Amino acid sequence: MSRFIARRAFSAILLLFATSVVVFGIFEVIPSYNPARAIAGRNATPTTVAQVSEKFGFDKPIYVQYGNTMKLIFTGQIIDYSDNLNVVQQFGQRFPVTASLVVPAAILWMVVAIVLGSLSALRPGRLMDRGLMVAAIVGVSIPVFLLAAVLLYLFAFKLPWFPNTGYTQFGSNPAQWAYHLILPWIAIAALSIGFYSRVLRSSALDVANQDFVRTARAKGLSERQVFVRHVLRNSLMPIVTLFGLDFAALLGGAALVTETVFNLPGIGQYEAQAIGNLDVPPIMVGAMFTAFFVVLFSALSDVVYALLDPRIRLTG
Amino acid sequence: MDEQLLEVQDLEVAFATEDGLVRAVSGVSFTVSRGEVVAIVGESGSGKSVTVMTLMGLTRSPNSRFAGTARLRGEDLVSASEEQLEDIRGKEIAMIFQDPISSLSPVQRVGAQIVEQIRAHENISKAAALDRAIELMGRVGIPNARERARAYPHEFSGGMRQRVMIAMALSLSPSVLIADEPTTALDVTIQAQILDEIRQLSAESDAGVIFVTHDLGVVADIADRVLVMYAGRLVEQGTVDEIFYDPQHPYTWGLLGSVTRVDRDPPRRLPAIPGQPPSLVATPEGCAFRPRCPHAFDRCRELPPLAPRLAEAPGHLDRCWLAPSDKRARREVAGRIGLSEEAAAS
Repeated sequence: MSRFIARRAFSAILLLFATSVVVFGIFEVIPSYNPARAIAGRNATPTTVAQVSEKFGFDKPIYVQYGNTMKLIFTGQIIDYSDNLNVVQQFGQRFPVTASLVVPAAILWMVVAIVLGSLSALRPGRLMDRGLMVAAIVGVSIPVFLLAAVLLYLFAFKLPWFPNTGYTQFGSNPAQWAYHLILPWIAIAALSIGFYSRVLRSSALDVANQDFVRTARAKGLSERQVFVRHVLRNSLMPIVTLFGLDFAALLGGAALVTETVFNLPGIGQYEAQAIGNLDVPPIMVGAMFTAFFVVLFSALSDVVYALLDPRIRLTG
Repeated sequence: MDEQLLEVQDLEVAFATEDGLVRAVSGVSFTVSRGEVVAIVGESGSGKSVTVMTLMGLTRSPNSRFAGTARLRGEDLVSASEEQLEDIRGKEIAMIFQDPISSLSPVQRVGAQIVEQIRAHENISKAAALDRAIELMGRVGIPNARERARAYPHEFSGGMRQRVMIAMALSLSPSVLIADEPTTALDVTIQAQILDEIRQLSAESDAGVIFVTHDLGVVADIADRVLVMYAGRLVEQGTVDEIFYDPQHPYTWGLLGSVTRVDRDPPRRLPAIPGQPPSLVATPEGCAFRPRCPHAFDRCRELPPLAPRLAEAPGHLDRCWLAPSDKRARREVAGRIGLSEEAAAS
């Protein structure tokens, strides 16, 4: 186990390094990228721009710039170019919002997907199964901004059931916190429920044909017992793996469109703004933040996998 | 006469498929009594597995069709409801499957699987069930049973896994034990041990055993009576001695002829029955073996009924129109029982 952790930690470091280099490199290649210009402002004179450039070190060779940026990131001092805010601090403040959005949505989608996927697998070809297939295709196809906008329009505007936008902290008013997040939770969950339930369904149908399921039935167990204790338990592996990656990406801010539409001050919103402004520091930190979660959660899902299936030995 | 536990009458099992109705089992009848071992022999696709799985209700699906009855102590299994079957499976009638690695749950400890079988029918504590499971594992010859109960199936060898399956199947002392090719996936030395195990344990518990196999050596070893199946039908039925020493159906001669004998020189080519078993969708009229039978004649276009044709052996039934004296002459090929000269090939 400790070897496993050591190996994963090592690959995390490598991945973070690679991510940072790639993201940094991308900005060097973008043609219109001129950070000094952006920071100095629209009406800045060339002198001002040159001064800004020197101050921020944009005139130095790229590897020096890279080194400086990394140093600033890891000492928590890095500032974004648009608003002069401390990026690391911003991430720290905004992370609870993103977590409030992502964690309950993830629980919702997993529970519903497992239930619906199981019901589909128990009665393949019937109405529920076919309905789910349609839902899955819709979920995968519909762009999230459309879904979010439609939800907002229908349930906050047309039917004023939910508040428009904004975020209330959990500490100050839990009920309001949830109330503001219900539509965003639905937006995030709706996209994944269809897909995950279909994956579970096919996995369950495969397992249901295996010999040991026949043995379970031959023991005199009820269909429900056979399904839950034998089929379901052996079908969870694929969705565990997928979930690890999806969840990690979401924690890193992949729900940026949802956060923007619903005006939730999370990491995604910050990253979206930074991308619009070609503001490198938040983008770098965001990419590395996501990479960190990806490594963490893929390691965790491997551990869960090994717990579910005793034939698997954890390797690096 | 021993108590009759199972009575199967005119059992028919068919599956509706895109290519038509597949008649896997057509009109099979037999009985199993306490303490006897009935072997069902036939090649792959003969319907032997479908027959026994139907007894457990494991062939039920939206496209399966059944006819006939299979009465276990008077209660019909073919028309029983799912609840009734759930009660019966594991408790009154239990099954050992062919491949123990795929037939045991890979994610559950072995002891827990036996416990699950016990607690499916008996309301006892997990601890008590585990104690029983461990005792059973000991009885089937698994050493260090208490420790090994915590192991997973993939941590056992093939023979040990099969012993686990046997322990599990016998845990509730069922009246009928079905063994569906339990030794096919094992090597011969282990096979001998497992057969001994099955024979001993079923004798102790006085269960009736249905043993499905394609291996005549196993049949000779363990069976009291033999049922020979071909293309979904029973073509011959009798005691093990009757089948081996006085077989009445050409297919049986072919089966016996294809076994290489230890007391002779090995043949240049292994004797085989030429041809293929017929399609079960479009079963030819008359005797199903006719296309492959060198002794067929025009009467064979009419399906022979399964009937006793020897006055001295009323329990020995077969489906062949040939006269018994004719049969005795024709089955002697190259000094032993076989189907034909070309099949013998030695």
